[in-house]
Amino acid sequence: MTDKTAQPAQMDVKSYLAKHLREYGLLVALIAIMGFFQIMTDGTMLRAVNITNLFLQNSYIIIMALGMLVVIVAGHIDLSVGSVMGFVGALAAVLIVNWDMSVWTTIPICLVVGGLIGAAQGYWVAYWKIPSFIVTLAGMLVFRGMSLWLLEGQSVGPFPKEFQILSTGFVPDVFGIGRPNGTALAAGAIAISVILWLGLRGRARNRQYGVPDEPMAFFVIRNAIVMGALMFVAYKLSTFRGLPNVLISMALLTVVYAFITENTVIGRRIYALGGNEKAAKLSGTRTERLTFLAFVNMGVLAAFAGLIFAARLNTATPKAGFAVELDVIAAVFIGGASMSGGSGKIIGAVVGAFIMGVLNNGMSIMGIGIDYQQIIKGLVLLAAVIFDVYNKRKQS
Amino acid sequence: MSLLLEMKSITKEFPGVKALDNVSLTVETGEIHAICGENGAGKSTLMKVLSGVYPTGSYDGEIHFDGAHSTFKATSDSEAKGIIIIHQELALVPLLSVAENIFLGNERAKNGVMNWHETFDRTKGLLAKVGLSENPATLVDTLGVGKQQLVEIAKALSKDVRLLILDEPTAALSEADSTTLLDLMLELKRQGVTQIIISHKLNEIKRVADKITVIRDGASVSTLDLVQGEVSEDDIVRDMVGRDMSQRYPTRSPRAGDMLMEVSDWNVWHPDHGDRQVIEGAGFNVRAGEVVGIAGLMGAGRTELAMSLFGRSYGQKISGQIKIRGKDTVLKDVPAAIDAGLAYVTEDRKSLGLLLDDTIQRNTTLANLPKIATRGILDEGKEADIAEGYRKSLQIRTPSVQQIVGNLSGGNQQKVVLAKWLFTEPDVLILDEPTRGIDVGAKYEIYGLINDLSAHDKGVVMISSELPELLGMCDRIYVMNEGKIVGELSAQDASQERIMSMIVTN
Repeated sequence: MTDKTAQPAQMDVKSYLAKHLREYGLLVALIAIMGFFQIMTDGTMLRAVNITNLFLQNSYIIIMALGMLVVIVAGHIDLSVGSVMGFVGALAAVLIVNWDMSVWTTIPICLVVGGLIGAAQGYWVAYWKIPSFIVTLAGMLVFRGMSLWLLEGQSVGPFPKEFQILSTGFVPDVFGIGRPNGTALAAGAIAISVILWLGLRGRARNRQYGVPDEPMAFFVIRNAIVMGALMFVAYKLSTFRGLPNVLISMALLTVVYAFITENTVIGRRIYALGGNEKAAKLSGTRTERLTFLAFVNMGVLAAFAGLIFAARLNTATPKAGFAVELDVIAAVFIGGASMSGGSGKIIGAVVGAFIMGVLNNGMSIMGIGIDYQQIIKGLVLLAAVIFDVYNKRKQS
Repeated sequence: MSLLLEMKSITKEFPGVKALDNVSLTVETGEIHAICGENGAGKSTLMKVLSGVYPTGSYDGEIHFDGAHSTFKATSDSEAKGIIIIHQELALVPLLSVAENIFLGNERAKNGVMNWHETFDRTKGLLAKVGLSENPATLVDTLGVGKQQLVEIAKALSKDVRLLILDEPTAALSEADSTTLLDLMLELKRQGVTQIIISHKLNEIKRVADKITVIRDGASVSTLDLVQGEVSEDDIVRDMVGRDMSQRYPTRSPRAGDMLMEVSDWNVWHPDHGDRQVIEGAGFNVRAGEVVGIAGLMGAGRTELAMSLFGRSYGQKISGQIKIRGKDTVLKDVPAAIDAGLAYVTEDRKSLGLLLDDTIQRNTTLANLPKIATRGILDEGKEADIAEGYRKSLQIRTPSVQQIVGNLSGGNQQKVVLAKWLFTEPDVLILDEPTRGIDVGAKYEIYGLINDLSAHDKGVVMISSELPELLGMCDRIYVMNEGKIVGELSAQDASQERIMSMIVTN
């Protein structure tokens, strides 16, 4: 009758590690990859300018990975994000450059258009039960074509300064030190304090409610690594130009989405929907509406990514966003999301995106050809998913 | 006449349950032999033993087929000997043609290249045998269930069948289709095909069968000869249900309070086949403190009735009235039903009731998340407390509410589903087969819980295929058959025989 004999809430280290191998593995993999490239590139990898570049180059992937995680957790996929991103960038260019519209009216219009695109696709997926693969594959073609049409096959640019700062701007030093940048250092210090505080509070809670918790040693080591890395990055950024604006938007969005997915009713319902749609529905979850909203959200984030991407290149090209959806989806799966929906974490998707980003960046610095780069990225994705499946099989 | 099949003292155990206990069955060549019994009596298990789904060695006893001792290790072994089962759920591929289906796995081909000429030619011959004039290239999808059933039989005939077993062949068929099928059975018998039919429908059995073996609680009770002697339906019904109330039910004191829910003239059509009416003019009511049962066989429409009421979770073109506490109410979706104080505990907890990969805690709160949230933000501490409370009060036997639900036993899983619905604080609970697949001890606890609920002025509607359970627990019992409520009995008037005869005579 009893399913397991009573056991202490605190699990022993070995069984805990076995259960959470994936999460630690992701962190270890990111560090190992960075270490590898640091050596292979004779220290270029972790130079201040390169770290800054890493953020600038990958911000739009990370932002879309947040939305993609939600879509994948809900049990769907969105193949159109690359095209939508390109289309919205093109729309911004046409509005600002060709039509002389102001930046501050253009941005909201673009975000709304992104949301409408998401709604148009989500409608068929949610209410007509057409497989998302098909609907968004269609969207991918449609919006690729619409970008071409909108730009008439040309590149449109450049953008005014106030649009460019969306992506290439830096937060000024509020302390007036200049170099090292005080804001960056302060932000780093605040971030690690918050992480430590949240971690300790979580542990206290888990103890109170008898939730099995990470062994203390792991907690200390993991946090030491994460906080050390954050402080290191903050310091490096401070010696260059400070905090990039995109890093701020990215970090804020990451925190907001992590909070929504883990601590809110709507977040919980998305996991329930992906875990067992029928059970979720019979438990009073409006599954159709939730699926619809997941796609609307994805559209808005893809639009935002499109603005950032266009601002960084300072021009909108018909090729913008080409095949980006694959990087975004890969990031989410490397981050541990389940292919069948119902599981996956925001922080995993972000780390997954960083792993892809570091691979791109490191291999480019090393001068590895685009041919090998693709092969290696493909194999990394396959390896991550095989690792997942293997792990699951071993546990059951 | 010679014996074709002899199954001697078959005993089959599953962990914790004896599904078959010393069952014997003999079938003579050329006869139609019926097997009768309640749901869960062990009919299907017996057929699975025979066909090799449960391989030799996994059960005790012997099978002799055609004079030889049979040791089937897989269904392919029994099929090679000519034993073919046509299951209740048809095993046809809907988007392949009739001909392709008939020769699926047995393709008329040379070196892997299909011989379409022979395939179609032979299909035509086989279809003629079962009385179909369909083009062999017709997609199975476009045929009705009745014709699909006949295609299954044609498929069996293509394989040199010695013993044809039909498991509830008319369950999904209309009156006319059933007649056609039964006529075909008699025709096949004339051609010398031995058949076993598993069915609840006594009138049909009496029409075609030569002998009846009744199985009850995993044991063979009797074999009645229809050809030799006069057998009445009452005799069969008594053998099917005639057992003492061996299980104990907690005593309850019936008390009917205010009217909680009244349903009248409820009509529902099948979600995919808009021309098939699943529920016809059904009506029932439940008062505070009452436990009301709905009896009926599988496929009678009980689950469909419950789910269509529960926020239109089943069916289409739904019509009828629901009154909650005397007020006309429309339950347009599940949230509306929950708000109105309704809860539905599904019969299929694994696929419709639980998030199997999630914890007890997260399953417990799923149907009422707003209650543990302020402005949409969850309070996981409160959630853990609530789940822990239900774990204790429902005696869910696990060390903590952080356990993954998929790893729990059936009884504990069922309690988690109940906890989820209790947390929505319902007035009326519809429990669909609440004790299916759980052990005796947990059953008793769930009965106790049901009595607690009614003592707290909840109305309980209990759907069950186990008649003793309904008789032991309910204050009133509605009897349902083929989508209609065919009778209502008070606890005093109800007996297994009366319920069974209401079902079989309607």
